Amino acid sequence: MSTAHPAAFRRLFDEIGTVDSVGIEERVAKYVTRSIKKGAKVLGLKLAVSMVDLTTLEGKDTPGKVAALCVKALHPHESLEGEGAGAAETLPPVAAVCVYPAMVRHARAALGAFSPVKIASVATAFPSGQTSLATRLAEVRTAVEDGADEIDMVINRGAFLAGEFTQVRDEISEVVEACGKAALKVILETSELETYDNIRAASFLAMETIRAGDFIKTSTGKTSANATLGNNQVMVDAIRDFYLDTGIAIGMKPAGGIRTAKQALTFLVAIKETLGDAWLTPRRYRFGASSLLNDLLRQLQKEKTGAYQAPYAFSESADSY
Amino acid sequence: MARLLITKTPKVYIGGAFVRSESGRTFPLKSDSGEFVGHIPQCTRKDLRNAVEASAKAGPAWSRRTPYNRGQILYRLAEMIEARSLELANALDLGKGDSSDSRREVSGAVDRLIYYAGWADKYEQVLGCVNPVSAPYFNFTVTEPMGVIGLLAPAEAPLLALLSLLAPVIVSGNTAIALASESHPYPAILLGEMLATSDLPGGVVNLLTGFRKEMVPTFATHRHLRGVGGVANAEERKTIRLGAADSVKRVKLEAVEEKRDWFADNAQSLYAIRDWVEFKTIWHPIGA
Amino acid sequence: MCARTPAKKTTRAARPAPELIFGDLWTFDPAPETADPRLQPRYNLYIGGKFVAPRSGKYFETINPANEKSLAEIALADASDVDVAFEAASRAFPAWSRLPGAERGKYLYRIARLLQDRAREFAVAETLDGGKPIKESRDFDVPMAAAHFFYHAGWADKLAYAFPGTQAVTPHGVVGQVIPWNFPLLMLAWKLAPALATGNTVVLKPAETTSITAMKFAEILDEAGLPPGVVNLVTGAGETGAAVVAHPLAAKVAFTGSTEVGKKIMRATAGTSKKLTLELGGKAANILFEDAPLDQAVEGVVNGIFFNQGHVCCAGSRLLVQEGIADAVLAKLKNRLKVLRVGDPLDKNTDVGAINSREQLEKIRRLVAVGVKEGAELYQPPCTLPTEGYYFRPTLFSRVQQSHRVAREEIFGPVLSILTFRTVDEAIEKANNTSFGLSAGVWTDKGSRILKMSTELKAGVVWANTYNKFDPASPFGGYKESGFGREGGRHGLADYVKLS
Repeated sequence: MSTAHPAAFRRLFDEIGTVDSVGIEERVAKYVTRSIKKGAKVLGLKLAVSMVDLTTLEGKDTPGKVAALCVKALHPHESLEGEGAGAAETLPPVAAVCVYPAMVRHARAALGAFSPVKIASVATAFPSGQTSLATRLAEVRTAVEDGADEIDMVINRGAFLAGEFTQVRDEISEVVEACGKAALKVILETSELETYDNIRAASFLAMETIRAGDFIKTSTGKTSANATLGNNQVMVDAIRDFYLDTGIAIGMKPAGGIRTAKQALTFLVAIKETLGDAWLTPRRYRFGASSLLNDLLRQLQKEKTGAYQAPYAFSESADSY
Repeated sequence: MARLLITKTPKVYIGGAFVRSESGRTFPLKSDSGEFVGHIPQCTRKDLRNAVEASAKAGPAWSRRTPYNRGQILYRLAEMIEARSLELANALDLGKGDSSDSRREVSGAVDRLIYYAGWADKYEQVLGCVNPVSAPYFNFTVTEPMGVIGLLAPAEAPLLALLSLLAPVIVSGNTAIALASESHPYPAILLGEMLATSDLPGGVVNLLTGFRKEMVPTFATHRHLRGVGGVANAEERKTIRLGAADSVKRVKLEAVEEKRDWFADNAQSLYAIRDWVEFKTIWHPIGA
Repeated sequence: MCARTPAKKTTRAARPAPELIFGDLWTFDPAPETADPRLQPRYNLYIGGKFVAPRSGKYFETINPANEKSLAEIALADASDVDVAFEAASRAFPAWSRLPGAERGKYLYRIARLLQDRAREFAVAETLDGGKPIKESRDFDVPMAAAHFFYHAGWADKLAYAFPGTQAVTPHGVVGQVIPWNFPLLMLAWKLAPALATGNTVVLKPAETTSITAMKFAEILDEAGLPPGVVNLVTGAGETGAAVVAHPLAAKVAFTGSTEVGKKIMRATAGTSKKLTLELGGKAANILFEDAPLDQAVEGVVNGIFFNQGHVCCAGSRLLVQEGIADAVLAKLKNRLKVLRVGDPLDKNTDVGAINSREQLEKIRRLVAVGVKEGAELYQPPCTLPTEGYYFRPTLFSRVQQSHRVAREEIFGPVLSILTFRTVDEAIEKANNTSFGLSAGVWTDKGSRILKMSTELKAGVVWANTYNKFDPASPFGGYKESGFGREGGRHGLADYVKLS
């Protein structure tokens, strides 16, 4: 029962345009040459901390693991916060914790009813999405009932690659409805879409269906290729074009593969130069990451004390060497 | 009392690592005057198999390096050899006793490498071309490396000949497995160390030592080798050609009887590079 | 969706058009490059392998255009100094040309490696002397100069392959070379490398506002052990250059600079048997079709005109944009310009540096004023320029027509003239409607159109879906009044040899 038209792909690309991959790589290479120092660096690092969706998505997650994650999310590093110093010293909490649906209620229990840190739940049979629509929607509703403030869904890549764009859109639409008040992040799974042209097209399909304040997201973090400066650029170019056309501001979340503070700062440069100041906020930009947080803290501590830091001095670090 | 020296354990260079033969076998190397030098790995067909795996793994990335980068790496290999020319000359001396020949061979090897380094970003301009077809198409021919190439080095000029065979193969993005001279394998042992310090990625060149009789049949029949080159006797040439037929390997073997002079001008040439590239011709319409 | 077609989905009431804010929420702190350029207070001439004082005893000042401060004194070579230089080159020629090519190649390999060793030092010196951003001298000028020597080193012993069917490939003798101020070290490499690889000896005059990296380069020639007299460097201005070009011992002359001076050199060498190559000015058309990947095309347009402050002979100084997307492209260009950082060239975050000289700045100002008077619509992004030094904001002129002076004359600054077209044929006509013919750009998704355009465009270099790409292996040079001869690649060797 295919709704695909042979010309579906071509029409979509005609409307939104194609992407030259060599050109994208050259543009993002310029971001890497930016030198962020001193005050700019501290500001950038703190901004990045406030944008982290602190993530645990493992089969072996337990309530205990989630509780530990939530404490870390609220207080990333005690000695970088407050301690009698002025407002400039304050370290923000992260934006959200990101967990599997079964863990949402444990996160809510750990964070309490009113927390500056949001609870994001992956849903829709993350990461593959390969079950019935009914199952996927039920999962979304349950997660929201359990206390999720945000839902990270996956699009139907199979349908997309088969040119079934209406189906892709309709499914997103139903998830939007199931979210209710919860914000939605739509994961495109860039590694499976493969080409920048496809990523641009999928971005538009999603943006046309979601609401202001929702996000598009690069990846599940469960494949071997995740967020890169390249796919980040393709998606923020699309967000910009959509915003200038419609006035609707969609957020962006690169996820997976961003492990160092240096990388995070480079991604922020990309936002600064493509979308501008209005997107330099956790309301419109998130990093889906886990070990990134400690590297951000490590660099902040280095800026504060002047000395390079060892990784094991930061809570929840996995490095013991 | 004279200090006791630490002797080097000869190992072969496969996949960027220094290993003994998987069989654990070795054969003793003696200088011409009968002095014991060391136990040289007696490689087997499994070692060759492992080398082919390593070559195939390194191939895609090596072939995608820019030609400039490949040229720079070959130049750096020349730098490494030049810096250790004394040591290499001694290795060549093993048994010859006439070191001026050895020094000349090492200098020749350095110059040979620089010659091929210089071709890396140029051969395409001479071997490739645009073809003036009689229809509104842009038609151009480009070269492409073949893949994994096997090489058989002769006993003569054990360093210079080996490098003269290797350089034109890898400069275009092929990867190579060379069987060093059976009677003079020691320079190849040292060459491995220089390859390892030259920025050449592991697996691009793999050097095996051992006995021709044991190794040649597998060079002949391993289907993942896209070509076999080097110097061989009549029987070996026939064996290789017969085995090559099974997978249509490209074969370019010189007769050992012809006693090539590795120092001569014609021992290096653009056409040694041409032997190991494929040609691809592409058409595209010209129109609004 | 996006900027290509008008909005289809909005159901909102009339509201102000959405805009992006490129403000100061997150500003970059200064990030100066601190490596020591190891400048000397005074640079003498380099003749016969030695640094020698100019016979007149005269020196001139070279300044940093970023702040107008003096950097060093440069020797002023007069006709007699030039004479001595040519004699030295002449004496060195027989031995140098008779060296086996492989040995000449080795000198060039050494030079390449030494330049790589001292890359950062040279990059800082280049930026100080000429005003280009450190990002560019570090990431482009210096590595590319080293690459030119590396590339040509490999040809020195392979010339028979470059010219099949010839009996002999022989150098001319002594070559006189005059280079411009926009890529001082790189232009020196473009000139010296092929000349030396083929066995010529050289007398070279760098531009008077940018002589420092050439004289530092002389130190590298010493470190490389290049035989004395093979390369001689004489510094000075127009008169010195004229003396080099006119010298009887110059068997061949190579010049890169303005078309106006190129014509003077042609007249000066008429009646002599000197071989001549010229690389002159341009007014390249960068042609943008509706189906081009727009953001990458805009980036390419920006690279094409604002790279090196537009001080580029092959700059894409005319944008020919297909009418249907003209507004969308202009909007994207404006947004892109808003995040270009103009300022201190030594700051690692600077995208657009200083204009090379007061003279050039005046010329740009004059021509921009002309453009405004002619009726073109001017746009410049808001940015604070430093109070000292020579700076000019990146500038867009839209609604430009073919007859406007800003569409015809080379401004040699960060100024883009935007014209429109409707069809392929019209684009070709407009692009070719100029006496220049150095380069052109084509942006389209359609392969056959790329090939058609590049066939029809009268330009020596055509960039498709990219711009301002250079490589030692890629021949560069112009048609018509942009000069003749090629530099780089196999083709670039031809002008430095005699074939028989």
